[in-house]
Amino acid sequence: MNILLEILLSVLIVAGASFTFIGSLGLARLRDFYTRLHGPTKGTTLGVGCLLIASAIFFSTRDEGISLHEGLITLFLFITAPISAHLLAKAALHLKVESLVPLPDEAIERKNKQHQKYHSVD
Amino acid sequence: MIATAIHIAFVLVSAALALNFWRLLKGPSSPDRILALDTLYINTIALLVLFGIHIGSALYFEAALLIALMGFVGTVAMCKYLLRGDIIE
Repeated sequence: MNILLEILLSVLIVAGASFTFIGSLGLARLRDFYTRLHGPTKGTTLGVGCLLIASAIFFSTRDEGISLHEGLITLFLFITAPISAHLLAKAALHLKVESLVPLPDEAIERKNKQHQKYHSVD
Repeated sequence: MIATAIHIAFVLVSAALALNFWRLLKGPSSPDRILALDTLYINTIALLVLFGIHIGSALYFEAALLIALMGFVGTVAMCKYLLRGDIIE
């Protein structure tokens, strides 16, 4: 196998695995659910994308013909990751999971209260 | 060179799986646990793809594709249950 190709594949594999690990580290270490949602949806998806590209290049240069299975998995993952993240955020907002910053409804309520106070002073 | 890279990647992805499992067990709220399961299946796909490169076999992509499909359906079903109290209305 060509040495340049080998270097490219190694870099892609190590970068993909690192991104996967960093995404999971974010899931384990960040402090509230809404920040934790960022790690897996962006870091891990990008990492798996890198690994699948490496796999596609590996099997396309090894056997005859282009390997297209990985493209299918990549496409599917990249379409479904934002959808599941959106649904998870919606479920968490519905259950009012604890957050470091005020949740949208609470923030709106507080603003209304301030507004009323301002008008009652007038 | 690729063999070394794959070994490093195996260690990193396995550590990622261990972290996800820890969050799955600990997770204070149920969306946390669903998110941990979601990440767990994505990392399993990564591990399967790596194993496919390692032994040089293209047989594992169908399994990875199936895991991706079923994992997404499972995540959506569990979120829907949390949101509405029912999966198919």
